[in-house]
Amino acid sequence: MSELIVKHIQKKYRRHQVLKNISFTLEPEKIYGLLGRNGVGKSTLLRIINNRTFADSGEVILDGQSVVDNEAVQRRFYLMSDADFYPSGMKAKQAFQWLSQLYGTFDWTYSEHLVAAFGLDVNQKIAKLSTGYLTIFKLIVALCLPVEFIFLDEPVLGLDANNRELFYSELLSTYEDRPRTFVIVTHLIEEIAHLIEHVLIIDEGVVTKDCDVTLLMNQAHVISGPQTAVRDFTQGLRVLARKHLGEIEMAYVLGELPRDTRTSTVSIQQMSLQELFVYLTDKVGE
Amino acid sequence: MHFDFSSAEPIYQQVADQIEEAIFAGAFVEGTQIPSTTEISREFKINPATVLKGMNILVEQQLIEKRRGLGMFVMSGAQNKIIAKRKASFYEDYVKSLIIESKKLGLSRSDLQGLIEKGYRHE
Repeated sequence: MSELIVKHIQKKYRRHQVLKNISFTLEPEKIYGLLGRNGVGKSTLLRIINNRTFADSGEVILDGQSVVDNEAVQRRFYLMSDADFYPSGMKAKQAFQWLSQLYGTFDWTYSEHLVAAFGLDVNQKIAKLSTGYLTIFKLIVALCLPVEFIFLDEPVLGLDANNRELFYSELLSTYEDRPRTFVIVTHLIEEIAHLIEHVLIIDEGVVTKDCDVTLLMNQAHVISGPQTAVRDFTQGLRVLARKHLGEIEMAYVLGELPRDTRTSTVSIQQMSLQELFVYLTDKVGE
Repeated sequence: MHFDFSSAEPIYQQVADQIEEAIFAGAFVEGTQIPSTTEISREFKINPATVLKGMNILVEQQLIEKRRGLGMFVMSGAQNKIIAKRKASFYEDYVKSLIIESKKLGLSRSDLQGLIEKGYRHE
C-alpha cells in the first residue's frame, strides 16, 4: 500500500499556463473527489499521472520512483477517460481478454456480475456501443483490473439515473471487498458528496482545498434570517457569498460557528458540497 | 432508515442517531446483529469511513459492540441506557427549546402551562 505523491506539476498549453503548481498526496485505500471548473486542467493532470502526456516540470512519485515512462508502476494505475484506444472492430469481451493479458489478471467473476447487472452486451463491438453503454463498458474494466489506483474521469457520462445509482453502490461494494484508491472527476458533485472521503479542489492552476469531506462540511453553513440578525451573527466569520430575498439574507459561511446557536434568531443549515464548490470557485464579482 | 443530506447534522451523527433510534424503538433487539457498515454504505451511497465513524460513537457509548469476524451487535441493556440518556437530556432538548420558541411567539408562562394541560387532555 503506497502513497502517490504529486509535486509541483506545471503544464502550459500554447501560451496558457493551465497547471501552475499542483501538489498533493493520494493516500492508499481512499475515495477522492477531484473537483474543478471546466478547463481547469483536471483531465490533463490525470493524463500526466497516467503517462499519457508529459508535465513541463514537477514529478509524480510512487514508492520513491517517478511514474513517467515507468511501465511497472503504470500497471498499478488505470485511467478511465473519453480516450478510446481499442482496435476497431474489437468486441467488449475480446477487450476484457486483451486487458487481462496486459495487466496480468482480470476479475472475471465480478465482471460477469457487473455485465449482468448493467445489461451490457459483451458481443457488441465497442465502436457500436451507445454513449451510456460505452461508459458502462469502461467502468467494468476499471473495477475489474488488478490495479491499486483507479482514476475515473467523468465516470457517469451518459448514464441514466438508475445506472448511476447502480454504479455508486457497486463502487462502494468493490471498494469494501478490495480497498483501492479511487479518484473521481465529475461535475455531478451532489451525487458523490457522501461517497468520497477526501476532496481536492483545483482552481486557477493550484490545489485550493485538500481536506477530509466530513471536516470540511462541518465548517460549511448557510445562515439565514433578517438581514440585521444575519449581519450580527456572521461578524468576524468568513462569508463566501450573501444572497437576498427582500429583507431576508442568506450568508454562506465557511468556518467554526459559535457554540450555542439555539437562542439566535437566524436559522443555520448545512451547505452542500456543490454550493461550497460554486462559491469557492465563482469568479463573478471579483 | 433515512438520511437527510441537507440537515445541519453531519451524516456520521445521523448514522449514530438512526441506529440509536432503531434500538430505542426495538427494531434492533438487544443481542442481535445490526446492519453492517457495508450494507448501510451500499444502500445509502455513503462512504464506509463515514458510516464507521457513526457506529464508533455508539461503540463508545457501549450501546453496540464489535464481535470479531461477525459484525456489530446490540449490547444488553442498550435500550434502557438510551431511555436514561434521553430522560437526562429531555430538559435541554425539549423544555428549553419550548420556552425559547414560546417567548418568540409572545406566549406567557401560563399560556404555555395551559397548552401542556390541553395536550394531556387530548392524548
